[in-house]
Amino acid sequence: MKKYQNIILLFLVVVLTALPLWMVKTPEPGPDGKEVEIFTGADGQAKDLVGTIAPDYKPWFKPLMEPPSGEIESLLFALQAALGAGFIAYYLGVSVTRTKMRKAQEQGKKC
Amino acid sequence: MHIMEGFLPVTHAIGWSLASAPFVGYGLYVIKKRIREKPEQRMLLGVAAAFTFVLSALKMPSVTGSCSHPTGTGLGAVLFSPGAMAPIGAVVLLFQALLLAHGGLTTLGANIFSMAVVGPFAATLVYRLARGIKLPFSFAVFLAASLADLLTYVTTAGQLAFAFPDPVGGFAVSFAKFCGVFAVTQIPLAISEGLLTVVVFNALTRYNARELQDMNVLTGQEVRA
Repeated sequence: MKKYQNIILLFLVVVLTALPLWMVKTPEPGPDGKEVEIFTGADGQAKDLVGTIAPDYKPWFKPLMEPPSGEIESLLFALQAALGAGFIAYYLGVSVTRTKMRKAQEQGKKC
Repeated sequence: MHIMEGFLPVTHAIGWSLASAPFVGYGLYVIKKRIREKPEQRMLLGVAAAFTFVLSALKMPSVTGSCSHPTGTGLGAVLFSPGAMAPIGAVVLLFQALLLAHGGLTTLGANIFSMAVVGPFAATLVYRLARGIKLPFSFAVFLAASLADLLTYVTTAGQLAFAFPDPVGGFAVSFAKFCGVFAVTQIPLAISEGLLTVVVFNALTRYNARELQDMNVLTGQEVRA
């Protein structure tokens, strides 16, 4: 069980992530004929909610720099994830090798 | 959990910045001290930061039909201390505010407070409580990471409700509405974050048992098990 624990856990994460894609269906276009978008960001929805609760509120500051397109935005997000994943993988790689060498050394001494 | 740029009134923006600043300052002090005393833990601190980088970049779909992202702060809070995660979270949020127009400079204080202060402190508290009642290590880590994630989003909902109370129902109604956007969406994501944190801890337990024992995260008995 312990041996397969990580594989099972990762599988569960994949299921948890994929399930909504399959469960949530695009609703019919509203009376105004607009397509309803699904899987938009919660942050953006909160922004819209502020608009309904306080319609008079005007944001008083604009982002200094906005990604020029959705592509550039996903580039930066991918970069962020890649940097993080790269570092974790490097560290685990070092640790695995070190554990192996430690074991090899201990066995070498016994012989 | 990112409150968009300009979407907090000036007084709130200043207030949350003032509230977060001491945590970030204290966190920098804690990190410096730790690295001076135990330079070998520098790499693990990097892992904690890297985990937050990865998870907060992953926008995942949820059952509510919207997308959100985990925070990844539970790992570092359990490994090091909640304080250490405040500057790390601040760096991630600053990166996203400046380059991605995700969150913002005026809302940075509020966002740091929810993701890099409330999250990590909740993680540590939950972890200690769970260990206190003798729950297994993995389960304690899972609970700590998931609840930290969820509470970060509840905090964001609270911050927005505080700034924008409902004209009729006041704070409570507004809070319920923002929770509907954030907290419900976050439940499956929080579970995912808990599971992923356990995956990383499993790997660390296997290959870095000595370090974890050194940091009092694991006892000698658990290392052998």
